[in-house]
Amino acid sequence: MPLIQSRLDSRSPQFAANRAQMQALVADLKAKVARIAEGGGEVAMQRHTARGKLPVRERIQLLLDAGSPFLEIGQLAAHEVYGEDVPAAGVVAGIGRINGQECMVVGNDATVKGGSYYPLTVKKHLRAQTIAQQCNLPCVYLVDSGGANLPRQDEVFPDREHFGRIFFNQANMSAAGIAQIAVVMGSCTAGGAYVPAMADESIIVRNQATIFLAGPPLVKMATGEEIGAEELGGGELHTGQSGVADHLAENDEHALQLARNAVANLNRHKPQSTAAEVEEPAYPVSELYGLIPTDTRQPYDVREVIARLVDGSEFDEFKARFGTTLVCGFAKLYGMPVGIVANNGILFSESAQKGTHFIELCAQRKIPLLFLQNITGFMVGPKYEAEGIARHGAKMVMAVACAKVPKLTLVIGGSFGAGNYGMCGRAYDPNFLFMWPNARISVMGGEQAAGVLAQVKREQLAKKGEPWSDADENAFKQPIRELYEQQGHPYYSSARLWDDGIIDPADSRRVLGLALSACLNKPIEDTRFGVFRM
Amino acid sequence: MTEHLFNKILIANRGEIAVRVMRTAKALGIRTVAIYSDADASALHVQQADEAIALGGVTAAESYLDMHKVLDAARATGAEAIHPGYGFLSENAAFARACEEAGIAFIGPSAAAIEAMGDKASAKALLADSGVPLVPGYHGDEQSDERLSAEAERIGYPLLLKASAGGGGKGMRIVLSAATLHDDIAAARREARSAFGDDRLLIEKYLIRPRHVEVQVFMDSFGNGVYLFERDCSVQRRHQKVIEEAPAPGMTAALRQRMGEAALAVAQRIQYRGAGTVEFLLDANHEFFFMEMNTRLQVEHPVTEMITGVDLVYWQLRVAAGKGLPQEVSQQNLPINGHAIEVRLYAEDPDNHFLPAIGRLKLWQAPELSASVRLDSGVQQGDEVSPYYDPMLAKLIAHGRDRTEALHNLRTALAALQVDGVKTNRDFLLRLLSLEAFANAELSTDFIERNQHELTQPLPTHWELAALTELLLPTLASQSQQQLNDPWHADGFQSALPVLRVLRLESAVGDVLRARARANDQANGLDRNQSWQLQLADHSVQLQGRLELNSQAGDIRLLQLDARVNGQQQSLPLALSEHELLLFLPQGSQRFARNRWLGEQAQDDHGGLTAPMAGQVLEVKVQPGEQVEAGQVLMIMEAMKMEHSIRAPQAALVQAVLYQAGDQVAEGTELLQLEITEEAAAEADA
Repeated sequence: MPLIQSRLDSRSPQFAANRAQMQALVADLKAKVARIAEGGGEVAMQRHTARGKLPVRERIQLLLDAGSPFLEIGQLAAHEVYGEDVPAAGVVAGIGRINGQECMVVGNDATVKGGSYYPLTVKKHLRAQTIAQQCNLPCVYLVDSGGANLPRQDEVFPDREHFGRIFFNQANMSAAGIAQIAVVMGSCTAGGAYVPAMADESIIVRNQATIFLAGPPLVKMATGEEIGAEELGGGELHTGQSGVADHLAENDEHALQLARNAVANLNRHKPQSTAAEVEEPAYPVSELYGLIPTDTRQPYDVREVIARLVDGSEFDEFKARFGTTLVCGFAKLYGMPVGIVANNGILFSESAQKGTHFIELCAQRKIPLLFLQNITGFMVGPKYEAEGIARHGAKMVMAVACAKVPKLTLVIGGSFGAGNYGMCGRAYDPNFLFMWPNARISVMGGEQAAGVLAQVKREQLAKKGEPWSDADENAFKQPIRELYEQQGHPYYSSARLWDDGIIDPADSRRVLGLALSACLNKPIEDTRFGVFRM
Repeated sequence: MTEHLFNKILIANRGEIAVRVMRTAKALGIRTVAIYSDADASALHVQQADEAIALGGVTAAESYLDMHKVLDAARATGAEAIHPGYGFLSENAAFARACEEAGIAFIGPSAAAIEAMGDKASAKALLADSGVPLVPGYHGDEQSDERLSAEAERIGYPLLLKASAGGGGKGMRIVLSAATLHDDIAAARREARSAFGDDRLLIEKYLIRPRHVEVQVFMDSFGNGVYLFERDCSVQRRHQKVIEEAPAPGMTAALRQRMGEAALAVAQRIQYRGAGTVEFLLDANHEFFFMEMNTRLQVEHPVTEMITGVDLVYWQLRVAAGKGLPQEVSQQNLPINGHAIEVRLYAEDPDNHFLPAIGRLKLWQAPELSASVRLDSGVQQGDEVSPYYDPMLAKLIAHGRDRTEALHNLRTALAALQVDGVKTNRDFLLRLLSLEAFANAELSTDFIERNQHELTQPLPTHWELAALTELLLPTLASQSQQQLNDPWHADGFQSALPVLRVLRLESAVGDVLRARARANDQANGLDRNQSWQLQLADHSVQLQGRLELNSQAGDIRLLQLDARVNGQQQSLPLALSEHELLLFLPQGSQRFARNRWLGEQAQDDHGGLTAPMAGQVLEVKVQPGEQVEAGQVLMIMEAMKMEHSIRAPQAALVQAVLYQAGDQVAEGTELLQLEITEEAAAEADA
């Protein structure tokens, strides 16, 4: 395959400035994530560990193979959403290897509000299940939760994508042969009791974990019976009498080993094997820091990004001379073939046609797709409307929506307007969607939005014959810019689970490799496209 | 060494000495015949021989001690000579005579010489007027209590009672005063009778803090003899040598000459032939006393070989073939070149009175051998160590330009000798060699007793090394390129977070340490695992390191750990299996348990045992207060016309038996109560 020749000058002042800016963004990200990883704070953690319970991230480490990577999703979930700290939305989720098999792990963090389910906790749990379903990954639930967050019951209980969906998903995944394993390591009350009960196989920790539909206080209220929690729903009862759980563990470590054993017994083998020959990119991934301009409007060649992601920096470009603002081509990621669709400027009709063609190729050949998003949108103006840019854009959206190959989206810059759709935004069900810390996502750029709104306002004022000074206009536009900046920020996006996480650009190759490898747990289906508007 | 001595010899022994004799024989182009018992069918000495004859039987008496079988084997294979090694038939005059009668050369002295030295009392009597100094004592035939008491009074206390026919410490007792003499005589007689079928005793003055210094002598059939200097074998436990060295520290040329000449005089007196050792006690005033003569090749002969450059087995073969000592050899030109020290590696349990240990040598890795490090081993990895013979596995010998260097070489080599599966005295030897008293050559036969305290201090647990091993292990596992090509390779990657590892370490005695470690973030992706901050309960440790796979022995992986703990560099070998980690530290080995819960089912409450279903108690097999083993049947129940055994879930003490035979019990009824005692728990761990 042809090698991408980088033209990046790593000694230029621009490179240094770019790098400094990206380093600051990454440092801020890591600092935030580090705080989030500490869970619900020292006091709660002490209370938790004093009971012999391990912190959720340690539980996950013990569950996974020693040294297994952990592809976490939704690290920043609920970040600055509720006016109170709910780190990681009180549930840690991600993919790791257990006995060599990639599994989705969902672990409640009881140090965060008792592990109770906020709306975003529910959303994250469901998102993890969606990924598991889409990638055919066994699920291991580490249950330690007080259940629904009662003050917010209206946002967690009744709707289609609320608490009940967790069990719906368990049932349907189990039906699809995707193993559901629950490890009850703490409270598991009321609705939560269905997590182990609906699981294919469940484990419970003696003298620590409880499962019941109603806890001792509720029982006392209802029937007047006084009974201890262990007696009412402890491990002895559930493994010896009720049969709600299958294995009795002595402590967290034992329980996690039993869960590992359960995975070992799944008789599961990942279809693809790793490649014998894999070349690292010819250019260091870390140079991405110096590549991304501090000014988002400044163009750069996206091939420089591709060169730092793919095996050997080798890229077989498709239709290189046509629709040049969209770069398409074939490459490999850790030996896995991948079709790359990357923005290299605004989308024109030709770029959309080319993108559609390329996506069709990949769907036909069952090659997973990687979208590198940096898109301000489709070209506007009478010439383009007249040539039917909406029609061509629609073709690309159709192709993206229908392609049944695994899809990965990485937002490396702007993600605005219909460009987001054509480049496999969240609504197009990519298996994974990650963002760089410099990325922005909104219906349009803040400047454009402020400009459009200012123009409407100016027209209104003009009708009334009122003057509007430049200073006034700027004062009008500023809050709009700020709002767009705030809501378009990746933290805002990630907190609401519009994406699966913000990643350090230097980790891009690895994260995409892990994600793609996880996707390949499911055989690639045939694609059937809808009607293309020709 | 190309002259013709024999075509074929039989080695009437096993273990390291058989292997050692074969080595020289092979070098001389002599074919070798091994003999073996049923227990030794796949032993190293059998594999190394050109031919091997099964003797049948497993005990020594049924096999290696059965001279008719041995002679039959020699005749059947056409062996011209028999090398008896040491022990077994080596000092059996009847056997030497039988060989002679069968026309087979006995590689050793004449039967008469063996007889002369075989009985300690008569040996001393023989030397009474020879000028060889004897320890004051009584070696008479009259064995009445009265006579022995009277002699004891004459010699004075403390004194030593020994079996006249004995050796190896059996039937030997130290008597401190007349008060216990009577009982000690009775006990010594009993031991002597059972060990040798002869309860005659001799009495010797017991020297305080004497050293055991022996002289190697060698004579040919033409009356030529030399002494090959002395060996100090003072470090003994229960009168068994543990460490031997040559030359003896603190010798003067004059003393060496006096002792050497005295030893040679003993040999000449009995017209000795071949290799022999004259043992002396040497006291602090450089006075020495004859103890006994061993009419064979000694276990510790290699230290003499290393300082003199002589192959004693080669000389033995020459002399047995009727040749003289090599022509160039004379007392004047025998050199002492540097210093050599030997340790004897035994399958035994130093923590339990050095009782012999048996089992499978899961791990047996020799250190790197060289001109200065020699291993005479009779075993190989995978061997079964049986209870039938001497538990010595091997001897490790190191040479140096001086004692300090020899000691350093020996310690290094012993630290690199990796053994597991059978309890051995390896660590005990390491600790002996590490004693300052040993470095200072403060030798005496009570060396071990005197240093007991230091020898039994437990090693501090090296949690940080165990932790580092666990931390490095996943990257070791993924070192094949194919695995590294997998984005899932086990480097602990997490997005936006440092690598976190959670460790649960468990020492062999059941101490548990939970720790977490964070990788110190480094830009270079793959290197990031190599530097860690380990968080322990009250402090943190900086760890760096590298782990490399050396080899694989069954399910045991042998690894080399290069560690840096808080900046301090250390390199050590280790053995790793699914359930165990064994660190070979310079001070001794240290064991850790791994994967505690792997493959383990949840256990029932330790406290009680319940009836699995309604039924009748048929039999109660234990009583309150009884110690039971894991899996031991405690009670038998009958239910649904089936018998059910109630077994102990682990080693425990029976606290209460709640039902008796004939009682009807309901399902879930508690039948017995057990108490898990600490000893029981420790036992379960062991």
